[in-house]
Amino acid sequence: MNAAGFPLLSLLTFLPLVGAGIILFIRGEEAVVASNARWTALWTSLIVFGLSLILWFQFDKTTADFQFVEQIEWMPEFGLGYRMGVDGISVLFVLLSAVLTPLCILASWEAVEKRVREYMIAFLVLETMMIGMFSALDIVIFYVFFEGVLIPMFLIIGIWGGARRVYAAYKLFLYTLLGSLLMLLAVFTLWFEAGTSSIPALFELTIAPNVQVWLFLAFFASFAVKVPMWPVHTWLPDAHVEAPTAGSVILAGVLLKMGAYGFLRFSLPLLPQATEWFAPLIFALSVIAVVYTSLVALAQEDMKKLIAYSSVAHMGIVTIGIFTLNHQGISGAIFQMLSHGVVSGALFLCVGVLYDRVHSREIARYGGVAKIMPSYAMVFMLFTMGSIALPGTAGFPGEFLVIVGAWHANPWVAFGAGLGMILGAGYMLYLYRRVVFSKITREDLRALLDLSPREYITFAPLILLTLWMGVYPSSFLSFFEASVAALVTRHEAAMALPRMAGM
Amino acid sequence: MNWTLILPELVLALVGLAALAGGVLPKRDTHFAVNMAVLGGLLLTAVLVVAQPEGDAFNGQYVADAFTRFMKLLVLAGAALGLLLAMDWNEKEGLGKFEFPVLLLFSSLGMMVMVSANDLIALYLGLELLSLSLYVIAAFNRDSERSAEAGLKYFILGSLASGLLLYGSSLIYGFSGSTNFDAIADALTGMESVPFGVVVGLVFVLAALVFKVSAVPFHMWTPDVYEGAPTPVTAFFASAPKVAAVALLTRVAAGPFGDLVGQWQQVIILCSLGSMILGALAAIGQKNIKRLMAYSSIGHVGYALLGLAAGTEFGVRALLLYMAIYLFTNVGAFAVLVAMRRNGRALEGVDDLAGLGKADPAMALAMTCFMLSMAGIPPLAGFFGKLYAIGAVWQEGFVTLGVVAVLSSAVSAYYYLRVIKVMYFDAGEALDPRPTSLSVVLTGTGLFTVFFFAFPAPFMAAAQAAVLALLG
Repeated sequence: MNAAGFPLLSLLTFLPLVGAGIILFIRGEEAVVASNARWTALWTSLIVFGLSLILWFQFDKTTADFQFVEQIEWMPEFGLGYRMGVDGISVLFVLLSAVLTPLCILASWEAVEKRVREYMIAFLVLETMMIGMFSALDIVIFYVFFEGVLIPMFLIIGIWGGARRVYAAYKLFLYTLLGSLLMLLAVFTLWFEAGTSSIPALFELTIAPNVQVWLFLAFFASFAVKVPMWPVHTWLPDAHVEAPTAGSVILAGVLLKMGAYGFLRFSLPLLPQATEWFAPLIFALSVIAVVYTSLVALAQEDMKKLIAYSSVAHMGIVTIGIFTLNHQGISGAIFQMLSHGVVSGALFLCVGVLYDRVHSREIARYGGVAKIMPSYAMVFMLFTMGSIALPGTAGFPGEFLVIVGAWHANPWVAFGAGLGMILGAGYMLYLYRRVVFSKITREDLRALLDLSPREYITFAPLILLTLWMGVYPSSFLSFFEASVAALVTRHEAAMALPRMAGM
Repeated sequence: MNWTLILPELVLALVGLAALAGGVLPKRDTHFAVNMAVLGGLLLTAVLVVAQPEGDAFNGQYVADAFTRFMKLLVLAGAALGLLLAMDWNEKEGLGKFEFPVLLLFSSLGMMVMVSANDLIALYLGLELLSLSLYVIAAFNRDSERSAEAGLKYFILGSLASGLLLYGSSLIYGFSGSTNFDAIADALTGMESVPFGVVVGLVFVLAALVFKVSAVPFHMWTPDVYEGAPTPVTAFFASAPKVAAVALLTRVAAGPFGDLVGQWQQVIILCSLGSMILGALAAIGQKNIKRLMAYSSIGHVGYALLGLAAGTEFGVRALLLYMAIYLFTNVGAFAVLVAMRRNGRALEGVDDLAGLGKADPAMALAMTCFMLSMAGIPPLAGFFGKLYAIGAVWQEGFVTLGVVAVLSSAVSAYYYLRVIKVMYFDAGEALDPRPTSLSVVLTGTGLFTVFFFAFPAPFMAAAQAAVLALLG
């Protein structure tokens, strides 16, 4: 069963934890400990990244089945097992997590000065939780990782965050916890119904439509908060603004994807009737999210807050794509999730570069940066274009596919999504103009240094990915081609059944 | 008569008597030796409990099976850990007296009798032996007004509960004709309709037991007694006696009154609902960490009672597991509380933990694990307790209970997070270095809390065997 010949996914999941364990036992003077912790964390995450490349090369793109499957009995009398595996939908998110973590560690190299050891431990634990969540094939294991993410994230924001960090950390934790706990009830229902918590086994289940409605709402409570969808998105701007740069990168890059991934993994395949039934509601919420948060983003004075609102808008496009329930829409949504992970992560790193130098996120504090930091201006521009979804950058294929898919489902939704793209160009270019162009109004900015070698190394992979995804999206789309096709077929088959019975 | 069955209790009683004699007779200070002897006695008893054969003795008044073994081991572990916590603390507070370990030992003996009781009289004897020891321990710091007040409050309210228990028992005896659990069960099964007197008696007995587990609506004594008693005593109160009382409640409800599920289930459901809600809401505003833990423990009893409210095998198993996890997590958290001492003065404010993340990263990490475990965040042990407890009621279709449980769990996360926030996000002075005995307790309970997810099988199996023994 296992293409790698060894438990690759478990290794990917728990290797960061081993690294964290090593860091825990580093002793010595503070400076030495900090330096050792940084290097250990970097090497651990690089090894994880190296191993994750096996997934990239050995993944069989022709099948929708789960691959690299591992299974150990855990609490057999309850049907609980430790089951891991990836399919086309999840495999690229494992890779995304593995790519972003070393970059985050590099980005925090100098930005984090106090309690470096604890910081690195938190990040490695976070990596474990993220990779574990995307590779879990057991709904209880999924839940464990899904909620476990909150622990390191709470600490990262609360300890190393900005001025209102405590408020933001609490808000993040309690908001998402409440949603997750309601999901727990849905997990119970499915688990007891099936007698097992294995996700592939749950797929075999046929659930009565009236039960589906409740289950959908329970899952929705958790995933909608995590995505985040309007109107439960308010935790995100706070969390983003207060989180340290690397925290924002992971938050935007991976954690937001967890909600959308949940919809794809559970809501769509398990609850087809309810999904169909609730799709108009999701469309409405998503279109509101896209338009409203784009407008809100236009009015922001804080760079991070602006990008945070743009994330809500982009994730709105993702939820539209998922609930179009057709091939283009879902493929577009997955692609958009990946590209958003790369681009918005990179945008937060761009903000971090300025913040490290000036210690301000206020847009008005800057101006004319292009004259002082030309290379930085280039990099920032590329990612701005990626966020606007300029053809040739990562943002384009995803949004395009989603709009095509939405057009099939409902042209008005496609119109809303299109409007979001236009507004997106508006606020991103407005941001770029105010920060990078215009006159140098503050003389102290003249002393800023351009990108350091470390920052070049951090940005290089992201630049490469942004262009690669934009120019040749097939190398990514081909991964989830089969899985999405299977998902859509499944859904159509499930929808056809009751209609035939009704006739 | 099979008197060898009660060997563990006999040995423990003899160790207690010997320790008492050994403490009184010599002229010099003997409390350290007595501490060690009691600790040894508890461990020896635990070994004997493991080796104990199954069966019943004294005309069915006493029973030993997998259920009693599970509960007795928990009780003994709780008592031993409680003693470890108290040793250094008592020393520093000038309370290094040999009576403390001896009283603790006799309370453990009471708990063991309670757990094994298969008769209303045996039950009462065990409960009183436990209670009398606890009244004295609560007031052990006799020069402190608060400690004396705690002891007195506990004594007065506790005697009221004992009165309720006796009154209920007498009604049950009157209407069913026996004090033996098996005989009561037989008598009740034979009847066409349940006599009203039995129901009233049952409610009285339940009220007394609910008082002992400090569930709503008989929880009022808990915050005051927890706050007033010396910290290690509070730690002990919140662990072993609570486990024993829950065991007793389970045995009484599932054993003699197993056929009256319809009568007691509503009572338990209401207690559980009330405890979960009160535990979540009342703890939010607490500034004293012992008071906070008191409300938290009320909440936890609410979650544990979910298992009993479900009234199924799965439910009782969830309850046993919940109590086991709660015991270790709680002792761990209290170990941190006991270590809270600055310039030789014991501290009790939540804010006094400020800066612990920097001053003592290891202890702060352990406390973080305990708090998150109590909040039920995976992958820590507490999550699995809640998983099974809430799962048990959900399986039976108690939607309200399930929803209230998850909502109150989310609310209670707030105050557990507050403790973490204070430790890591606020600045403060360092605490005094912690004694080795506390480090041992912290390490043990911390490892249990963090790694429970990896090795749940032995606990699950033990709980399963216990349930089968209880429900047959």
